[in-house]
Amino acid sequence: MKYKVINILRQFGLLVLVVWTVVSLVTLLIELVPGDPAVAILGENATPEQIDSFRLKHGLDKPAFFFTYSRDPELYRGIREFEQQPKEKERRNEQWFVSNAVEDLLVDLRVREFRWHGTDNRYMNYWTGVLHGDLGNSFKTDTPVLNLILERYPNTIKLALAAMFIAILIAIPLGVLAGTRKGSLVDNFSSFFALLGISLPTFVIGPFLVYLFAVKIQIFSATGSLYPEDIVLPAVTLGAALSAILTRMVRSSVIEELGEDYVRTARAKGLSERTVIYKHVLKNGLIPVVTILGLQLGVLLAGSIITEKIFAWPGLGLLLLDEGIAKRDYRLVQGCVLAISVTYIFANALTDWIYRRLDPRIRLS
Amino acid sequence: MNRLAYIGFAIIAVIVVTAVFAPLFASWDAATVPDTALRLAPPSGTHWFGTDVLGYDVFSRVVYGARISLQVGVTVTIISAIFGMIIGAVAGFYGGFIDKFLSGYLFNVFLAFPGLLLAIALVAFLGAGLGKMILALCIIGWVGYARVMRGQVLKVREFDFVQAARALGASNLRILFIHILPNAIQPLIVQASLGMAGAVLSEASLSFLGLGIPPPTPSWGTMIEDARTTYTIAPHTLLFPGLAIALTVLAFNFIGDGLREYLDPKQRRR
Repeated sequence: MKYKVINILRQFGLLVLVVWTVVSLVTLLIELVPGDPAVAILGENATPEQIDSFRLKHGLDKPAFFFTYSRDPELYRGIREFEQQPKEKERRNEQWFVSNAVEDLLVDLRVREFRWHGTDNRYMNYWTGVLHGDLGNSFKTDTPVLNLILERYPNTIKLALAAMFIAILIAIPLGVLAGTRKGSLVDNFSSFFALLGISLPTFVIGPFLVYLFAVKIQIFSATGSLYPEDIVLPAVTLGAALSAILTRMVRSSVIEELGEDYVRTARAKGLSERTVIYKHVLKNGLIPVVTILGLQLGVLLAGSIITEKIFAWPGLGLLLLDEGIAKRDYRLVQGCVLAISVTYIFANALTDWIYRRLDPRIRLS
Repeated sequence: MNRLAYIGFAIIAVIVVTAVFAPLFASWDAATVPDTALRLAPPSGTHWFGTDVLGYDVFSRVVYGARISLQVGVTVTIISAIFGMIIGAVAGFYGGFIDKFLSGYLFNVFLAFPGLLLAIALVAFLGAGLGKMILALCIIGWVGYARVMRGQVLKVREFDFVQAARALGASNLRILFIHILPNAIQPLIVQASLGMAGAVLSEASLSFLGLGIPPPTPSWGTMIEDARTTYTIAPHTLLFPGLAIALTVLAFNFIGDGLREYLDPKQRRR
């Protein structure tokens, strides 16, 4: 019992640590933008007043982190001009490539300065916001990022679940057929199907399906989410790779379980082959499949970014691409990345937990 | 090795030859200078794969696109494999706190971002470009190698010959590089060929999302993105780059699967 509690606490601690790191990384992502984010968003023609008020509004006037170890631009320029006469510099550039780099580094170190900024910095402010359920305001539209995300979130989850459903619908019958008839035509077909599903990227499958089912045989619309059946094509596109992976898993699982003793017992007591397969073999064989399913939910969430773009499906991915990245709305990009990765982490943790409950052997080890 | 692996090797050989000797098969001008008089022309004797919406020759673009795909694939695989191997080997070999930090914490942080998302985020903030894309793909790629390497090193370091080497007074580095590494490397070769497939696919995905190499440099992902508006009337603009990506990825998957089966006798018997 004591061991169990410690184990759960340890796992929970690790989860918290990982979430903390992921959120921190996302927070600091904005520092990667080359140059000044405010200038990148407002454009080169913005007046200094506009830039200043933008910075003030979004907290970009604060320092990025608790401390900085950056160089003073004035001092740096001064030292360079003083130490390097133009003529001498030219000669060095030609002949002493390495020594030049070393010298640059030394000058750089001399003008760098460690400065402590205290707790009123962008990193802390973003974190305070996250803990209060505030992901900041969009740089472009000024609406709260959280609202934008919550509006789109259900659509992405719906798409991911539909894709998973379709994948299971294809994979379990196909995998069982292939596993029970190893080496047969069905088996070879399923292997080929699986490899095809893994190799064909969604952005090839998607347009192909649109061409077939929206242009040639007009039963679905090419894009959008106006009617309930509009989810079919995006879900098939997104689920194709997963169904391929699952088919392989179910197949090898079934083959493995068929060799177990309990199968012989079940057969010996006169159960029909159907009952043996679906009641006994599949039940045991599905345990690894459940794990893959859980882990793949996160992959589906990320994969939906591309699928949503192909079908103009109004989910989180489209929000990230069209509103966030395309319009340089960095605050929105941060929010979307955060939402997707945190969902992913929790989906994985949940899977792990279910897996442990399903299989006592793992729980004990 | 199974037949599919040989097919995989053959396909890759063709693609490598095409990429290396691209100027022999296609012209750079046709791939990068649009011929506005000939937009969306169907495949013909002069334009084998037809032309796209801007009048680029699709065949030339597919041929030169192979260069970008292989360049990104090979670079990303080599860099992330070396980096992942070093980190994984250190984690597995030294164990203890170092292992707890690396495999317990660092691996989990990098695995906490679903697939492409971290690459998309990095490129979105850093800006698009070949170098930045390679960097982003390496950042998401190394963990896979590190995990495999750690598992292998944990297994191999318990073998008798490692004990023997230690008894003879070999240094840690010597044991790691001379004794453990050669015995741990097989699964990494499998991982690398599957990783090539992943890198090629990721490059195409990022280019498709407009986060790859800026135009007019031909890339298969960009070609598919460009074809999105035209494939209903000119399917060839989508078909050929799509086939190129699918064949390349399929071939690397064939090789990876074949090697895995070949190197793992347990699977071979089945």
